[in-house]
Amino acid sequence: MVAMADWLDEVKSRLGEAVLDEAEFRGENTLVLDRGSLPHSLEVLKEEFGFNSLVDLCGLDMGEDQDPRFYVVYHLRNLDTKAQLRVKVGLNEGEKVPSACEVWAGANWMEREAYDMFGIEFEGHPDLTRLYLADDFPGHPLRKDYPTEGYDFEE
Amino acid sequence: MKTVVEQTGRRTYTLNMGPQHPSTHGVLRVILDLEGETIVDAKPVIGYLHRGTEKLAEAKTYQQVSPLIDRLDYLACPAYNFAYCLAVEKLLGVEVPPRARYIRVIMAELARIASHLIWLGSHAMDIGAVTVFLYTFREREITYELLEMAAGVRMHQSYFVVGGVRWDLPEGFIPKLKNFLDILPSKIQEYENLLTKNKIWKLRTVGVGVLSKEDAIALGATGPMLRGSGVEWDIRKAYPYSGYEEFEFDIPTGEHGDTYDRYLVRMEEMRQSRRIILQALERLPDGPIQAMEGKLYFPDPDKVRGEHRDMAALIHQFKLVSEGFHPPKGEVYQAIEAPKGELGFYVVSDGGPKPFRLRIRLPSLMNLQTLPVLSKGHKIADMAAIIGTLDIVLGDVDK
Amino acid sequence: MGVKKTPVKEIEIPRLVTPEEVVEEEVTPEELEVLEKGGVLITTLNKAVNWARKWSIWPVTFGLACCAIEMMATAASHYDMARFGAEVFRPSPRQADLMIVAGTLTKKMAPILKRVYDQMPEPKWVIAMGACAVGGGIYKSYAVVQGVDKIVPVDFYIPGCPPRPEALLQAILMLQKKIEQEPFDNKI
Repeated sequence: MVAMADWLDEVKSRLGEAVLDEAEFRGENTLVLDRGSLPHSLEVLKEEFGFNSLVDLCGLDMGEDQDPRFYVVYHLRNLDTKAQLRVKVGLNEGEKVPSACEVWAGANWMEREAYDMFGIEFEGHPDLTRLYLADDFPGHPLRKDYPTEGYDFEE
Repeated sequence: MKTVVEQTGRRTYTLNMGPQHPSTHGVLRVILDLEGETIVDAKPVIGYLHRGTEKLAEAKTYQQVSPLIDRLDYLACPAYNFAYCLAVEKLLGVEVPPRARYIRVIMAELARIASHLIWLGSHAMDIGAVTVFLYTFREREITYELLEMAAGVRMHQSYFVVGGVRWDLPEGFIPKLKNFLDILPSKIQEYENLLTKNKIWKLRTVGVGVLSKEDAIALGATGPMLRGSGVEWDIRKAYPYSGYEEFEFDIPTGEHGDTYDRYLVRMEEMRQSRRIILQALERLPDGPIQAMEGKLYFPDPDKVRGEHRDMAALIHQFKLVSEGFHPPKGEVYQAIEAPKGELGFYVVSDGGPKPFRLRIRLPSLMNLQTLPVLSKGHKIADMAAIIGTLDIVLGDVDK
Repeated sequence: MGVKKTPVKEIEIPRLVTPEEVVEEEVTPEELEVLEKGGVLITTLNKAVNWARKWSIWPVTFGLACCAIEMMATAASHYDMARFGAEVFRPSPRQADLMIVAGTLTKKMAPILKRVYDQMPEPKWVIAMGACAVGGGIYKSYAVVQGVDKIVPVDFYIPGCPPRPEALLQAILMLQKKIEQEPFDNKI
């Protein structure tokens, strides 16, 4: 956690215009990146800043009337310096995000999960199928407009 | 006569394993590509226990979510509530009193022992050593009794609440826990006598399911899966939470990254957990068990009913029951070292009484992703050992 | 010389006795003495078959979620289900006659539950263990079947989340009583 600002400034200057927004809350740093800069900016983070571990990748639905509606959230970690960084990429319905599978092999299932739950499509994913639900399941349950009980609930 | 290969032109055939299978630890399904008895490829199919925890959590207040969290990993329920409470506390900015922190550490480490005991029993049973299962369940019952004493139920305790623990440790808990810790080393020795130098056990585990350091990090494996491959990584040391920096303990690591090494790592972890609990018991401070700030708790019952009723307390209780508390707008990620690996909660709050998004980073899910790497080139009979060494629990894979 | 004729007796063909017709008689001490010297025990076929079934329930391993851990605990050393003759957990449904549905049944798993049930030979019984199996429990969500009785017929429901091992043992004992009272040829 020490000297966090140093490497963060370096990251920001290295990524340049790809950084759209940044935030700090409870000691955690978030960068919002431009969707077009992926997967290059992720490769830079891994190769140049040592974020060798993708801790988590998930989708986030901000609500139907928001722009961008969805975010893909990456939690990155450098196992050597213990630095942690949250990266968010925004997108709207019908848009695609480049897959991070080439950068971190572990992204495979998490991207499948985000596809399953939010319908976010990842370009270049080796096998983008539903992770949890059956192939013929209607809709994407973690979207805000999806009812908790589903469409065919029987008491 | 033509062979099958000549007839079909395929060198491999497909075999379905599960979801109802004794060695898959629940409802895991694996589609295997085999050449003879050798595994060419293994593809896990999951979701047979997907219950929609993340979606359900969005419709509940922060306190109401806690029972759902218990039921993710039903082998180590306190650890899961631990991570969830820490995440919400981080969001709220609440400081937990020392006594509650110590009690939480004791419970979480007890849960680690309980989880590893059931892993050992079922792992050994899958490979054919049924006796170990009966031995480990004997000790596991004691951990259940201890948790029941503190929380009132055997499983799904929900003993941790946001800001502290639900109530203080009951009378007689500490002596009983000490008794258990006294006998534990001899019991672990007993399991080791059955397995560690056992020729059959070694034949079935040494060199089986090798995971290299690089693969482990790239695929996001954590916990004993990562440590068994020789990476000294433990969230308790890397990002100490709940006062873990005050305790002395070692991180056991393996050398070869095979099933046998991971077995040794987990056995040692039980001993280290015992060490932590002993230190925590020795230094257990007195004092409050719930944080007083932030109006997270029900007020004193005497202030709500009876002669000395207080209107402010009554309103507070009513608001807490009907609405819940309101964390500030923001997002946090909090990870702990659960028995199976890194467990993280990513909570997004919009300022309301319910989580806007609750994302759970599950250790078993990420560890299971290494299955194709672990099983490639092994015989199909080794599949039981490999699934066992992953230490997955399907609630923790499927949510 | 005449041929000695053996008298032909009319043989009464035994018919199955229903449980209601059976009159239980106390064994007197005199009778017991005779029995101990080498007598014969007479019973109805119904009683004998049901007695055998009752003490040799083979459950199929169908652990789905949390309750499966308590089911394992029931079978393990401390609670020891073997005391009631029901410890032989069979991985294959074709060798089992009791299905303990222990845990949450999801919509993805439901067809498999049905198939496993169909593969079990008659006679077969089902115990729904825990709140999720009984009626969905706390999971009123898009993925969960609200009770296994929507898929297969259930003989006993055990409430609890999860039920204690004692509760499962009680369900087994109640099932044994049920088996005892059933006409055995009802389920073949």
